[in-house]
Amino acid sequence: MKRSAILMILGSLLLLGLFYFPLWNIQLGAPQYPDPMGMNIFISGIEGEEEFDIQNIDGVNHYIGMKKIPTPAEMWEFQVFPIVIGGMAALGMVIGVLGFFRKIHPSWFLGWFILMLVLGLLGMYDFNNWLLDYGTDLDPKAIIKLTDPEGNPINYKPPLFGTQKILNFTAHSYPRTGAYLMFVGMTLTLGAWWIRKKALKTIK
Amino acid sequence: MKKITNFIAVFALAAIFTSCNQNDEGEKSGAMASSAAEKVYVSPGEHDEYYAFLSGGYSGNLTVYGLPSGRMLKEIPVFSQFPTNGYGYSEETKDMLKTSFGMVPWGDSHHPDISQTNGEIDGRWIFINENNTPRIARISLETFETEEIIEIPHSAGNHSSSYVTENTEYVVAGTRFSVPYPQRDMPIDEMKGNFKGPLTFIAVDDDGHMEIDFQVDMPGFNYDLSHPGRGESHGWFFFTTYNTEESHTMQEVNASQNDKDFIAAVNWKKISEYVENGGGEIMDAEYVHNVFDHDTQTTISTTKNEVLKVDPRDIPGAVFFMPTPKSPHGCDVDPSGEYIIGNGKLSSDLTVHSFSKMLDAIDNEEFDGDAYGIPVLKFESTLAGTVKDAGLGPLHTEFDDKGNAYTTFFISSEVVKWKVGSWEVLDRQPSYYSVGHLMISGGNSRKPDGKYMISLNKITKDRYLPTGPELEHSAQLFDISGDKMELLLDFPTHGEPHYAAAIKADKIKENSKKIYRLDENNHKYAALNEGETKMVREGNEVHVYMTTVRSHFAPDNLEGIHVGDKVYFHVTNLEQDFDVPHGFAVIGANTSELLIMPGQTKTITWEPKKPGVWPFYCTDFCSALHQEMQGYIRVSAEGANTPMKWGLDDEYTSN
Repeated sequence: MKRSAILMILGSLLLLGLFYFPLWNIQLGAPQYPDPMGMNIFISGIEGEEEFDIQNIDGVNHYIGMKKIPTPAEMWEFQVFPIVIGGMAALGMVIGVLGFFRKIHPSWFLGWFILMLVLGLLGMYDFNNWLLDYGTDLDPKAIIKLTDPEGNPINYKPPLFGTQKILNFTAHSYPRTGAYLMFVGMTLTLGAWWIRKKALKTIK
Repeated sequence: MKKITNFIAVFALAAIFTSCNQNDEGEKSGAMASSAAEKVYVSPGEHDEYYAFLSGGYSGNLTVYGLPSGRMLKEIPVFSQFPTNGYGYSEETKDMLKTSFGMVPWGDSHHPDISQTNGEIDGRWIFINENNTPRIARISLETFETEEIIEIPHSAGNHSSSYVTENTEYVVAGTRFSVPYPQRDMPIDEMKGNFKGPLTFIAVDDDGHMEIDFQVDMPGFNYDLSHPGRGESHGWFFFTTYNTEESHTMQEVNASQNDKDFIAAVNWKKISEYVENGGGEIMDAEYVHNVFDHDTQTTISTTKNEVLKVDPRDIPGAVFFMPTPKSPHGCDVDPSGEYIIGNGKLSSDLTVHSFSKMLDAIDNEEFDGDAYGIPVLKFESTLAGTVKDAGLGPLHTEFDDKGNAYTTFFISSEVVKWKVGSWEVLDRQPSYYSVGHLMISGGNSRKPDGKYMISLNKITKDRYLPTGPELEHSAQLFDISGDKMELLLDFPTHGEPHYAAAIKADKIKENSKKIYRLDENNHKYAALNEGETKMVREGNEVHVYMTTVRSHFAPDNLEGIHVGDKVYFHVTNLEQDFDVPHGFAVIGANTSELLIMPGQTKTITWEPKKPGVWPFYCTDFCSALHQEMQGYIRVSAEGANTPMKWGLDDEYTSN
């Protein structure tokens, strides 16, 4: 019993890694950029991998009329995400502590996991929307305007997950340390629920 | 039957010979050739193992090559104007070429030498001397740009230079053409006894900055080449001399009469202490010292008016002469510091002096008279050995890490390998043709790297496709890791490389700068963003604060400039991305273009001659829209009242 509660607390605590480590990373390589430019996406903002990467990505993107990479103040997500993550971590710990003293039913563990999963999926959906907007809402005076064979403007949206070629660039979009810690944390909470549920069954 | 047997025998013999020949040829053109090719082949995208810095000779510059590929990586402008990037033309760099003779747009660069720590090359800076208008330059190995040039007063033919001591305490500058000291109007044929050959010791501080510490007032011989002592002989410097005859005319004959000239052994540590204790005498001088200030990206040029002169006869034990046969040229010190090699260029022998024997001879006062009051040591007292009949016309010697020495022979056109200590000749390889200097990475330090040697040849003739009467010089790369030297590669070089220096690439490549930081740009006329761009009129001078970013200038339309104005284009490259320079050129400019690296500001002047609308453009293919990176300047007639107005994308500012 105590073991599962500790797992629940530990799992929620791992969410806090998102305050120190990037959630996601997008790298842009090209023939002219053998050393790819990259941006690390944190829950509170976007930073270049190297000092001038954001400036240089913006510089390259202006040819196709892309907006500049947003500053934290320009996106509500960067204010809300830290609160959500902080809140979920705190909630998970409270549930874990109550579980430790056997004050609540194991379903609370599962409940927390499902809520986190839904919030995570909403976050991904929102992130994908931003990428879509970034890759398609282009300056009508863009220097380079390319169309697909059907005559529609090319979609420059970087992939949400994976590697994709966009003109001369190859974009790599993958989770980073913060996300991995979150995945591990969530798995731990699910495990906590499973162990506790099984334990209850044997007692009965 | 007998006939048939004979016929068969002959046939069989012929077959054997034929097959033998085939085998021989097959091995030579196959295995041998491919092994040399493999040794110099650096795959596309891969880096060379060494940086080699070759003096540009009469180009005035320093060229950077990769070894073993022999690929030229860069030409660094040092003593000559370089319209390719605006060095020596731009307002920021033109004072780098300022001297007490005014602006000297050309130089003759000779002997690059990399800074040392504990007798090992350390890759902080590389120094190089200018022979014609005596100067020493220091080049940064982070930016690969010339950072400092100091003129050497009272010197003429700054040839026995710019060698550094084993902790870069000093870089030295000797005088090849003895001259009146100080200069004065006098009959040339009264040279003997009246001319001098001052040796200048320039102190180098921890940031690389150079200051002349003292000049040693030496007899009027020709101080040809020099090298520092190392290890036990650290604290001494050795200079070869010729024309100890002090002849002033037809020197090819008259300066070749003495059987022996001298190697001057200078105890600089002793002189340095003497000077520190207040010794020496201030004398008038006029020389210019130019420092490129990275903060303001501008040259700070100062004229100095005095120098400290030291008479070596006032300091017991400071200077001795070692007689050395046949007008010695190169003066080379082995890695241990024990042996000093005099390359007697009119002889077939090499004379090797022993440092420890020299000290004993000094202690025992084994003198053979004096020259102008400087003791001459007995030839036999310092002699360690002679490399006999090694070749004709020895010039320079370098060393490997296995106790071998390599000497170039100009007349017999070859490089000869010999054993230090036993003085026996081990190998010889022809050079194509008439080799001058040779170079082994660290070959004049305590720790040579005996993998490659390059010979720097003075005559090219038929080595490459003919290109008319004027040819580039040629270098040859040898593998010296085995018992025999193996010629691997010929490669053409730029100007006339005299000496060279090389260093393992990994010692410096990580320090090589990618950009200049815009937030460290304190240039007086920098525009750090497009909002700061403007035009400012001061009388007939117009200062344009301009920026570049892929792919436009700001401003790109300028009006209100008149014939008779002098326009200063201060162009700041706003990029902070590796290898995104922008260029600037304007029609009819009587200067050069500018090539501006990310974060830099450079200035060029333009004096429009005719009214009209004149274009300017980016000269470096910076981006896909490079062709569009252009602009217009409206020039009105003198006295017209066109107002000043500038802008970008039809948004104008005026005043």
